[in-house]
Amino acid sequence: MRAYRLIAGMWLRSTMTYRASFALTAFGNFAMTALDFVAILLMFSRIDALGGYALPEIAFLYGLSGVSFGLADLAIGSMDRLGRRVRDGTLDTLLVRPAPVLAQVAADRFAPRRLGRVLQGGLVLGWALTAVDVAWTPAKLALLPLMLVSGAGIFAAVFVAAAAFQFVAQDASEVANAFTYGGTTLLQYPPTVFARELVRGVTFVVPLAFVNWLPASHVLGRPYPLDLPGWTAFTPPLVAVACGAAAGLAWRAGLRSYRSTGS
Amino acid sequence: MDVGSWRLYTAVAAGGFRRYATYRVATAAGVFTNTVFGLVLVYAYLALWDEKPQLGGYDQAQAVTYVWLGQALLATLAIGGGGIEDELMERIRTGDVAVDLYRPVDLQLWWLAADGGRAVFQLLGRGVVPFVFGALVFPASLPREPSTWVAFLVAVALAMLVSFAIRYLVALSAFWLLDGTGVTQMGWLVGFFCSGMTLPLNVFPGTLGEVVRALPWASLLQAPADVLLGEADPLATFAFQAGWAVALLALGRLVQSAATRRVVVQGG
Repeated sequence: MRAYRLIAGMWLRSTMTYRASFALTAFGNFAMTALDFVAILLMFSRIDALGGYALPEIAFLYGLSGVSFGLADLAIGSMDRLGRRVRDGTLDTLLVRPAPVLAQVAADRFAPRRLGRVLQGGLVLGWALTAVDVAWTPAKLALLPLMLVSGAGIFAAVFVAAAAFQFVAQDASEVANAFTYGGTTLLQYPPTVFARELVRGVTFVVPLAFVNWLPASHVLGRPYPLDLPGWTAFTPPLVAVACGAAAGLAWRAGLRSYRSTGS
Repeated sequence: MDVGSWRLYTAVAAGGFRRYATYRVATAAGVFTNTVFGLVLVYAYLALWDEKPQLGGYDQAQAVTYVWLGQALLATLAIGGGGIEDELMERIRTGDVAVDLYRPVDLQLWWLAADGGRAVFQLLGRGVVPFVFGALVFPASLPREPSTWVAFLVAVALAMLVSFAIRYLVALSAFWLLDGTGVTQMGWLVGFFCSGMTLPLNVFPGTLGEVVRALPWASLLQAPADVLLGEADPLATFAFQAGWAVALLALGRLVQSAATRRVVVQGG
């Protein structure tokens, strides 16, 4: 953690040297993700419901997915650079330093501009909370922060697992995008939109459904995807921990298999 | 153009093609990612067209085809970045561009050739597989007449020209700004939205729809898609695309000569 803080702090200072550039790229991050939502708004200028979900409900899913993913992306979104480090041999530098390699790789090129994405997701979520028609109970209120933290944890595990895969396929950082960026795009839409097999895949194989679909079904009083039992809405923290453990194992296996390029 | 320079630019284009063809694993990874994104979007679009059949004049099969076309052309037209503009910008930033300016070749044509080679590789290496996958797994709307396919390929070629012309202008901004990250990002942003990557432009409502369909980015995805789907007159589409290509390439030339005359190149 200390190593992560130090390295991230260094990149933070380096970013803040060029404040105008930081402001512009943070805004770009904000606007890029905001356009996704504009596309959804444009859809809703022609329709009243998508997959049976009204606009505030979709915004709720969108905001949860956006903030969770944004937090994970902010914390360790630079891990896709690992493949390059394996290829050009600069990973060796990290191995000889007296700090955990994972912390170093995660903090590498820490990019505060990614706050733009968190902010955008947060704004949509805020609007959704005022617009959805929900009878709030203590359990539903407690679920909110739980969803965001667990969701960020699940996405973070996906980032780490994808990085571990890059030890094997050094050139394939884009595969990670399918699960990270592709995953967050998927979660912006209700589960009713997708084919059953796809929903099964993102519930049991890569458990993205626990980021928002399942807990949000409880909050919105919607049928659960795949007719899962009601208590599954409260399992995201467990799923996040399990994913984290699995990703950690994958990471260690990957790191152990690492052979330097030797150049 | 005389035979010698024709041969030169062909060689540059072939070099661009081969260079990207080297990264086989990265290409496979890109194909995978495009296919996954295509899947997510197809289901979203199917739900949308379920709700509103004939939205934007498309039926469901046309909407599905549009999605896979977008995934096929995303890397080809570098709508989300990844074209040669990053390299050109880097050369401008470091001052290496001074060397390029001394060469007895035309700077704009040189980069156009390199980007053309890249685009053709991305179309074949990254575009075909997701498109074929999509057409096999989902109900697609594909033309039967070979002439429509030929017209589609012409529209794609013109789209490549317009795409390059826009990105060349973005890259030249580095002569003044040095750090072009912000401009590049804005370029993607506008490109994504106004090319119809996020949503087909004919679904955009009212005046907004009319405006985006008149902008150059409409040449990128919407124009070839409408030619393939039989929704647009090919000749009128070509004229629209060629008009923007000529205008933007000419503008690039103007900016380029202004940059080389006025700007002091970095370096020691």
